[in-house]
Amino acid sequence: MSADATGIEVPAQFPDAAGHFGTFGGRFVPEALVAALDELASAHRAAMADETFRTEFADLLRDYAGTPSLLYEARRFSARAGARVLLKREDLNHTGAHKVRNVLGQALLTRRMGKRRVIAETGAGQHGVATATAAALFDLECVVYMGQVDTERQALNVARMRMLGATVVPVTTGSRTLKDAMNEAMRDWVANVDETHYLIGTAAGPHPFPALVRDFVRGIGAEARAQCLELTGALPDAVTACVGGGSNALGIFHAFTDDPQVRLYGFEAGGDGVDTGRHAASITGGSTGVLHGTRTFVLQDADGQTQESHSISAGLDYPGVGPEHAWLHDTGRATYLPVTDDEAMAAFELLCRTEGIIPAIESAHALAGTLAIAPKLAAELGRQPTIVVNLSGRGDKDVHTAGEYFGILDKE
Amino acid sequence: MSERTSRIGVAFDKARADGRALLVGCMPAGFPTVEGSIAAMKAMVAAGVDVIEVEIPYSDPVMDGPVIQRASDIALAGGVRTRDTLRIVEAVAATGAPVVTMTYWNPIERYGVDTFARDLAAAGGTGLITPDLIPEEAGEWLAASDAHGLDRTFLVAPSSTDERLAMTAAHCRGFVYATAIMGVTGARSQTSQAAPVLVSRVREVTDLPVGVGLGVGTGAQAATVAGYADAVIVGSALIRCLLDAPDEATALTALRTLSTELSEGVHHPTR
Ligand SMILES: Cc1ncc(COP(=O)(O)O)c(C=O)c1O
Repeated sequence: MSADATGIEVPAQFPDAAGHFGTFGGRFVPEALVAALDELASAHRAAMADETFRTEFADLLRDYAGTPSLLYEARRFSARAGARVLLKREDLNHTGAHKVRNVLGQALLTRRMGKRRVIAETGAGQHGVATATAAALFDLECVVYMGQVDTERQALNVARMRMLGATVVPVTTGSRTLKDAMNEAMRDWVANVDETHYLIGTAAGPHPFPALVRDFVRGIGAEARAQCLELTGALPDAVTACVGGGSNALGIFHAFTDDPQVRLYGFEAGGDGVDTGRHAASITGGSTGVLHGTRTFVLQDADGQTQESHSISAGLDYPGVGPEHAWLHDTGRATYLPVTDDEAMAAFELLCRTEGIIPAIESAHALAGTLAIAPKLAAELGRQPTIVVNLSGRGDKDVHTAGEYFGILDKE
Repeated sequence: MSERTSRIGVAFDKARADGRALLVGCMPAGFPTVEGSIAAMKAMVAAGVDVIEVEIPYSDPVMDGPVIQRASDIALAGGVRTRDTLRIVEAVAATGAPVVTMTYWNPIERYGVDTFARDLAAAGGTGLITPDLIPEEAGEWLAASDAHGLDRTFLVAPSSTDERLAMTAAHCRGFVYATAIMGVTGARSQTSQAAPVLVSRVREVTDLPVGVGLGVGTGAQAATVAGYADAVIVGSALIRCLLDAPDEATALTALRTLSTELSEGVHHPTR
C-alpha cells in the first residue's frame, strides 16, 4: 500500500456504499439527519479525490500539528518488555494526542461544505479541546457538549476550551457522561443541521463518520510503516493500540491490514476486570447492538438498554466501539484483549521511570497490553519480536488521576 | 403496500369520512409505573384520544426532548422491561382504541425482531413507529411486519429529498409520520411553518394517511394541524401533565382536561 504525507491517497475498499463493514456499521438515525449525512459522505469522497484538499491537509498536519510524529525506539522499556518496542509518538503532536489529525481534517471539510458552526461531544475534554483548537484556527463557532460529571472532574479542560473561545454545555441527562454528551450533540445537530457540522471525536457513529475519521487518522500507520522499515529494515511483528471508540487504533492499523505477517492488537479498557461487570470493553465484554447510529458491539442489558462503562481512563470510558473494529474482530484480522485499570497504571509508571515519558492513561492500556503479549509472541516466533505501539497521547491531562492513584499528592 | 387492512387504517377511514383528524396521544410505557401508565392511557382514551402511542423507554433517546427523556428515565429507574410494554399494549388495546408502539431500534433487536413482531401482534398492537430506523436498514423488520400483519411507520422530515419521501412512504403501511420541525420532541409555542409543506409533498407520493408530530401542545394547535394532516400526534404536553402533578388524581384530571381540549381541536379542523 502506498501513501502520501496524509496517508489518504489510497481509498480504502470498505465500508460498502451504505457504510457497512460486514454486518456492522450503517445508519440508525432519525430521517431528519439523512440529508446531512449524505452531504457529508459526498463531501468526504470529493475531498479524498481532490489534490488541493490533500495538499492543504498535509500542510496543516506538518506545519501546525507537527507530523510526522517520531517513531522512537524505547530501549529501557524494551528491556523490560522482552521485545523491541517502537513508540509512535502521537503524544508530541500539537494538543498532545492523535486527535488533532481528525479535527483538522473535519474542520477543513466543514469549511468546504460552507458551514460556520461545529459541535462536538467530549468525555475527558481531549476531543473538546482539540475541536476548540481547530475552531479557533478556522474561525468557526464551537459548542462542546460534556456530561456534568465530566465537567466537574475535568475542570481544567473546561477552562481550556473556554480560553479557545468555545462554549461548553454541561449535559445533565442520563448518566451525565460521554454517551449522554453524544446524545445531546445529536439533538443539537438535528435542530441546526443546515449551518452545523457535528465534529465527532472517534471512528464511531452513523455512516460516513467511521470511514471519514479513519481516513483522517490513517497517516499514523502510513508514517509508522515507513519509519519502521527505515529503522529496522523490516515490518514489525505486531502493532498495538488502545481502543476507546477506536480512532487511534484504526489510524495505526490501516497501513498494515494488507500485511498478513503483522499482527494487530487492540486493547480495551478492562476497568476492574471484565468479569466484574465494571469495565468499558465493548468487544470482549459486550454484545452486538445498535448505539449512536451504528451497529457494533455495545455494553447493554437483556433489554438493549445501554449500560454504564467504567474505566480509570476517561478517553476509553464509552459503552460502544467503532463498527470497523467490530468487523476486524469478526474477521479475525485484529485481536482485541482487555487491560485492567491496575495493569494500565503499572505500565504507565514503567514508561515514566524507564523512558521519562508520561503517557496518557489511554495509551498506557496499549503499553500494558504490549507487555502482556510480548512473551507469547517471542515464544511463538522463537526470537525477540518487534512491536510498534501507538503512544496516542501525553499524560499531562492525567496527572491528577495518576497522582491520586499512586497516592503521591500532598494533602492540603 | 397501501391497502389498509389494519385497525389503524379503519380508524383513519372513519375519521376522514367524519371530516376530522385522529388524535394520537403518546406515553412512555411504565411511566410513572406500569400500572400508572395503563391508568393514564385509559384516561386518555376515555377523554377522546383516538389512538394510543406507547413508547418503549430507552436509555439513549436521541429524537426526544427533555420531557420524554425525563419520563423515560423515571420508567427505566422503576425497572420497566420490554415485556411490560407488551402487557401495557394488551391492557390498553382492550379498550378498543388502536395501540401503536414507538421504539428506538436497539430494544427490538435485542428482543429479537421476529419474536417481538409476533408478541406485539398477539398483544393486539397495530405496528411500530421507528424513529431511528430508516427503510435501508429495516430488512428484518420489513419481513417480520409482513409475516405478522403489523403496520410500519417510518418518519419523513422537512430535509427529506423527494426521492427519499417516495422511497420511505413506499415502505410504510398504516400511516406516514411527518416530523413537523427539524428538532426533537417537545411542545412549542408556535406551530410549524414547514409541516404543511411537508405534508403536501408526502401526499404527492402516497395515498397513505399522514400524521404530524413534534411540538403540538394545545387545542388550537391541534385544530391547525388537523386542517392539513390526517392525525395529530401529541406527546410531551400530555406527559407533562403527569410530571408536573403532585399526585395521581391531580395528574389524571389534568390529563383528561388536556385530552378533551386536543380532541375538540381535531374535531374542528382550521381550514
Ligand atoms: C490520548 C488518547 N488516546 C486514545 C483515546 C481513545 O479514543 P480512540 O479509541 O478513538 O483513539 C483518547 C480519547 O480521548 C485519547 O485522548
